[in-house]
Amino acid sequence: MSLRSATDPNYQKPLTRLIDVAAGPLGLAGYEAEGGYRALKTAVKELQPQDIQARVKDANLRGRGGAGFPTGIKWSLIPMGPDAGAKYLVCNADEMEPGTFKDRLLMEQAPHQLVEAMATAAYAIGAQTGYIFLRGEYVVAAERLNRAIDEAKAAGYLGKNILGGAWSFELYVHTGAGRYICGEETALINSLEGRRANPRAKPPFPQIAGLWGRPTIVNNVETLCNIPHIVLNGADWFKGLNQGKSKDGGTKLYGCSGRANKPGVWELPIGTSARELLEVHAGGMRGGKKLKAWLPGGASTDFLLPEHLDLAMDFDTIAKAGSRMGTGLITVVAEDQSMVSAVRNLEEFFARESCGWCTPCRDGLPWSVKLLRAIERGEGVPEDIDHLAKLTRWLGPGKTFCAHAPGAMEPLQSALKYFRAEFEAGLAVNHIPKEGDACILPDHGEGPKAAYAKERMKWVNA
Amino acid sequence: MAKIHVDGNTYEVNGADNLLQACLSLGLDIPYFCWHPALDSVGACRQCAVKQYKDADDKNGRLVMSCMTPASDNTYISIADDEAKEFRETIVSLLMTNHPHDCPVCEEGGHCHLQDMTVMTGHHSRDYRFTKRTHQNQYLGPFIGHEMNRCISCYRCVRYYRDYAGGKDLGVFGSAANVYFGRETEGVLESEFSGNLTEVCPTGVFTDKTHSERYTRKWDMQFAPAICTGCAVGCNISPGERYGEVRRIENRYHSELNGYFLCDRGRFGYGHANLKNRPTHALVREGDSFVTKHRGEGVNLGAQLLKSGKTVIGIGSPRASLEANHALRSLVGAGNFYSGASAQDASLTALCLKVLREGPVPAATIKRIDQADAVLVLGEDTLGTAARVALALRQAARGKLQTMSTEKKVPDWQAASAADIAQHELNPLFIATPMATKLDEIAAATLRADADGLAALGNAVAHALDASAPAVSADADTAALAQRIADTLKAAKKPLIVSGTGCGSAAVIEAAANVAYALAKLNAETAISLAVPEANSLGLAMFGAPDLDAALARLNGQEAVVLVLENDLSRRASASALDAAFAQSTVIAIDHQQTATTATAALVLPAASFAEGDGTWVNFEGRAQRSFQTYDPAYYDRHVATQESWRWIAQLRTALGQPAWSKLDEVIADAEAAIPALKGIAQAAPNAEFRIDGAKLARAPQRQSGRTAARANIFVHEPKATQDPDSPLAFSMEGINSTHAVERPAALIPFAWSPGWNSPSAWNKFQAEVGGAMKGGDSGVHLFRHNGAAPYFPLRAAGQDGLRLLPLHQHFGSEELSAKAAPIQERTAQAYVAINVADAQRLGIEHQSQTRVEFGDYSLSLPAKVRVDLPAGSVGLPAGLAGIPPLVAGAAVRLGKGG
Ligand SMILES: Cc1cc2nc3c(=O)[nH]c(=O)nc-3n(C[C@H](O)[C@H](O)[C@H](O)COP(=O)(O)O)c2cc1C
Ligand code: SF4
Ligand code: SF4
Ligand code: SF4
Ligand code: FES
Repeated sequence: MSLRSATDPNYQKPLTRLIDVAAGPLGLAGYEAEGGYRALKTAVKELQPQDIQARVKDANLRGRGGAGFPTGIKWSLIPMGPDAGAKYLVCNADEMEPGTFKDRLLMEQAPHQLVEAMATAAYAIGAQTGYIFLRGEYVVAAERLNRAIDEAKAAGYLGKNILGGAWSFELYVHTGAGRYICGEETALINSLEGRRANPRAKPPFPQIAGLWGRPTIVNNVETLCNIPHIVLNGADWFKGLNQGKSKDGGTKLYGCSGRANKPGVWELPIGTSARELLEVHAGGMRGGKKLKAWLPGGASTDFLLPEHLDLAMDFDTIAKAGSRMGTGLITVVAEDQSMVSAVRNLEEFFARESCGWCTPCRDGLPWSVKLLRAIERGEGVPEDIDHLAKLTRWLGPGKTFCAHAPGAMEPLQSALKYFRAEFEAGLAVNHIPKEGDACILPDHGEGPKAAYAKERMKWVNA
Repeated sequence: MAKIHVDGNTYEVNGADNLLQACLSLGLDIPYFCWHPALDSVGACRQCAVKQYKDADDKNGRLVMSCMTPASDNTYISIADDEAKEFRETIVSLLMTNHPHDCPVCEEGGHCHLQDMTVMTGHHSRDYRFTKRTHQNQYLGPFIGHEMNRCISCYRCVRYYRDYAGGKDLGVFGSAANVYFGRETEGVLESEFSGNLTEVCPTGVFTDKTHSERYTRKWDMQFAPAICTGCAVGCNISPGERYGEVRRIENRYHSELNGYFLCDRGRFGYGHANLKNRPTHALVREGDSFVTKHRGEGVNLGAQLLKSGKTVIGIGSPRASLEANHALRSLVGAGNFYSGASAQDASLTALCLKVLREGPVPAATIKRIDQADAVLVLGEDTLGTAARVALALRQAARGKLQTMSTEKKVPDWQAASAADIAQHELNPLFIATPMATKLDEIAAATLRADADGLAALGNAVAHALDASAPAVSADADTAALAQRIADTLKAAKKPLIVSGTGCGSAAVIEAAANVAYALAKLNAETAISLAVPEANSLGLAMFGAPDLDAALARLNGQEAVVLVLENDLSRRASASALDAAFAQSTVIAIDHQQTATTATAALVLPAASFAEGDGTWVNFEGRAQRSFQTYDPAYYDRHVATQESWRWIAQLRTALGQPAWSKLDEVIADAEAAIPALKGIAQAAPNAEFRIDGAKLARAPQRQSGRTAARANIFVHEPKATQDPDSPLAFSMEGINSTHAVERPAALIPFAWSPGWNSPSAWNKFQAEVGGAMKGGDSGVHLFRHNGAAPYFPLRAAGQDGLRLLPLHQHFGSEELSAKAAPIQERTAQAYVAINVADAQRLGIEHQSQTRVEFGDYSLSLPAKVRVDLPAGSVGLPAGLAGIPPLVAGAAVRLGKGG
């Protein structure tokens, strides 16, 4: 056992076992010394593409991009065989979900792992070309991935006739220009083609007609990084990594951000509880404040409450609680933070990141922002809350062209559900001075706040 | 077919459609924005939501976008469902968050799809109380206004302009709630089909600037079913009139021809009808000037001239109706009637007529061109001569999308998916023309050659298809290209050959015909499309009359009275030839324009413009179409003598004591009897006796206020509207309106309107299937059927060497009448001479240098455009532009340096 693997002798943290942030990422030689590219060799020399597909299916690997779609099933839809023609493998490395920074770790600290993963996955689906669609701000990752690709190519792990076989695979890094919607897999494909990053209608799914109109698989960085380990160790080993905490298999890169003492990202058995993430790994709430609410996996998931902390962080359990595990990196809100402000902040992000294609999202999200700003300023009118509620319905799943707007509505709808009083407190009508109060509202506008105050004062004076 | 269940009722529908199209075709109203019958579905606006149920027992259902959902068998949906209704209303309220609510000052108001959909969804109170985003507008040229604040971001404009029409200079910029539809920097929109933006845009972002200048609401205009005279395609148009002026032209849907789209020449070239210098009274020459006379005086004077005992001949016109030409022919006698087309135009048109009438290949409609899956264009730059064909050729190339998406089992109405699948794949389009064309960018291969070279290529293709076609010796490159074209055409299901009179060569037309004939032996679906010079060129050719050159030869300086019908002869024959021939002639000119010919006349009789008179026109596929009068100019000024040319001639006949027609139907019947080739033109539209429920059909939309008061500024007592003896249409709004009768003939629909549908989307209501044929059948009648067989045309001897004239037909400026419209003039290039680069080098002529161009009697000084794409020996001149005399293709030219 070599040096880095020694930190994980039982192979319980396959994705991060070779990561040593202080020492930096392994180059090709170091990675090979730790057993790197063994999976690719095994695949190309010993396995048929179908064998790998079967292993991935048996392992029940679920997509780590946020939706948890079973990777094996996704792959099974891609046409195989000698007549299938050009196919593409795309790695979704756009990672712009607020509060999410797991793929960054994998790409910056273990670039060869992703390169090997992509080559292995490409072999399994018969793709000849791969793209890593990388968030533009991930400059370090871009540099390290490109270096890894060059090294791998020189060593014959990429390029023509890989490892002396018949199969060839070219891999490219493509950096985005910083749009959240480019993470939506079909908008990503459009962007990669040089078009506007609007999502595409489905069906046809990318597996049938994706990049350049050809069959394409889009997978998340973390999803892909699991592939070599499944190839090497098999489905049963992968399932066992959960240490019995979930009916899903594998590990998960979890994390925590917000008002915690030690925000970070950690590879843990899938199904680890949020309480463990917050209290053990993130060192609890900062300043000893109480937890008010938390997002399980990114800005586009529903808020949960402290009472949900003990739930297993896996796709099905969190869904049952009325949210989504999403990316699995939790964001915590402290007791003294305003939910209205928190949601307003998120909706500003989502409104800005709308692609502008469909009406409910393009025009509804800015409306929600304006309503939230009014409430935040104490200038809401009573209908505003109804309006917000209405938007959560009309921007929901199936109503919009893609999942962006429904995602955007998740924190809003859950905040309204759990913290309605905070929204009501932002209505101007609730700021009207009671009889005997000094009038504390400056009356320097014609906004509803001023109008209500005037009304109220008339009544008080009458 | 499929059965769908909508709100408890069961319907039979076309199962290949989406639910929106299927429901609209059933007459069920679902509001929509981003969908358009010609642009299909992309699911952007989310306006067309309905509730879909899994089966008859499903009580919950879920919202789906009807435009994105197939109308497959056993689909259960509800349009009336409360959630669906509330959602649809919410979509409008969201769209309106940024809309300026400026309907009162918006040109779209009253025929606005957004207004209609807003009312349809029941969104009638504003619940958004925040600021709106605003945009800067752009100057887009003389045709189109831009008011971006009204945009609802439906993406139709860019989908039309870029995807459908191949434009590049209009795009969508920005993202989120700040998407901008415009040009990168402001400037003239480049597309020759930009005007369709005004109808494609469902709101008032893109509006007709020529209309804005003299704006009238739709409900205050009077319309007629008319035919565009901009070229021989014969697109159907709906001119709108107010106060005796044409105020705008809108597309009049015809499923086989223009569909939803016109070209800019046709849409914006109507200004000649409004020119203030048009003759409106009989003008009698006294010395060097004209005196104005009443109609009767004009007729009497004309009759006197005709009775003078001198030879009387009549010169007709390819820009006048069949009725006008026939009336003239019958007045002067068949032996004295000349077509008025130049010898070259006449002979080339006659050749086209022969190919279409006697050959084995049918003439393609625009729809058939859309559907072609392999095309050879031989010699014709259709953008200059039959623009709507050029737009259709783009659809032919794009047809590959449908094939490829069908292979992937994606319905062809999934516009975005089809494009994603097909990427840049196109059906093969081979373009062999003297000069580069705008369509080259979508061509599988192009060839630049002079007429001989083009004919050689065509004949080589024909021979490769059928060994019994004449063999031609071609160089290796041409032979290889010919073989490739032949193989491609052979493999196609619906091949098409496009040619025409544009490059002025009979050899090219014959070669194109040979290809079509050869192909027809292999594939009965083969079609041909031949562009001819002017709107009624083919109809006039069917008269079989001798041409203008024959008339000049006959006149030969002798004394004669010449009746010239709607024809500016100076555009067709050289000044010296005209002067010599007419030296002793007395000219009676009947025209609606002041021309060089009216200037030399002894008597000018003011004819009706396309908007003031009825008439029948034969388009490039041999379809006779009736164009109806939009308004009566005498209604506003009873002294105006303007009337249809055939009426002038009828009155002349009466004055001469001859029997004459009093109604259009009589002229038509007479023409059919006199000229067998015209048999059938009566069927182009119902005759004047046609009624629906005993009533005539209104030319104007209904107002609540009763009469129009349009003349109240003249006298408050409104006279009875002019009675129309010539058509089943009534002036003003009296009579049957809107969709009313299902069987309403398409030829009698002046404007698109139906209750609740004020915008051009109202065409939905007149169509048997939305986007398909009209309920009453498409209008017009084909005057001939192609024959079973015809021999190949033999090869012609090569043309002469040396510098030869090549007319270059411009979209803007080459056509006589539209060239008189101010906005068209703004888009018209300055005259120039195009010279091949090697020729220019040999002669020492530099690009843009002033160059002497001599041919016939002419010596011109023009700036040179030195071009690599022009074949050596060809000297291109832009036909019809100011400063360019009549051109004879192939005539010898001399070039020299300097002015
Ligand atoms: C608005 C939006 C943004 C997304 N952003 C990302 C992203 O940054 N990274 C990612 O892997 N998946 C993202 N997704 C999910 C992808 O569409 C897709 O489901 C995922 O890449 C599939 O990979 P997986 O099956 O490996 O999870 C996003 C989805 C939506 C709707
Ligand atoms: S929901 Fe609509 S506007 Fe929003 S990102 Fe998706 S497609 Fe674009
Ligand atoms: S400009 Fe008109 S057509 Fe274009 S997106 Fe806006 S509303 Fe639609
Ligand atoms: S293509 Fe010809 S007929 Fe059609 S609108 Fe243009 S000019 Fe008129
Ligand atoms: S019309 Fe169906 S989504 Fe726009």
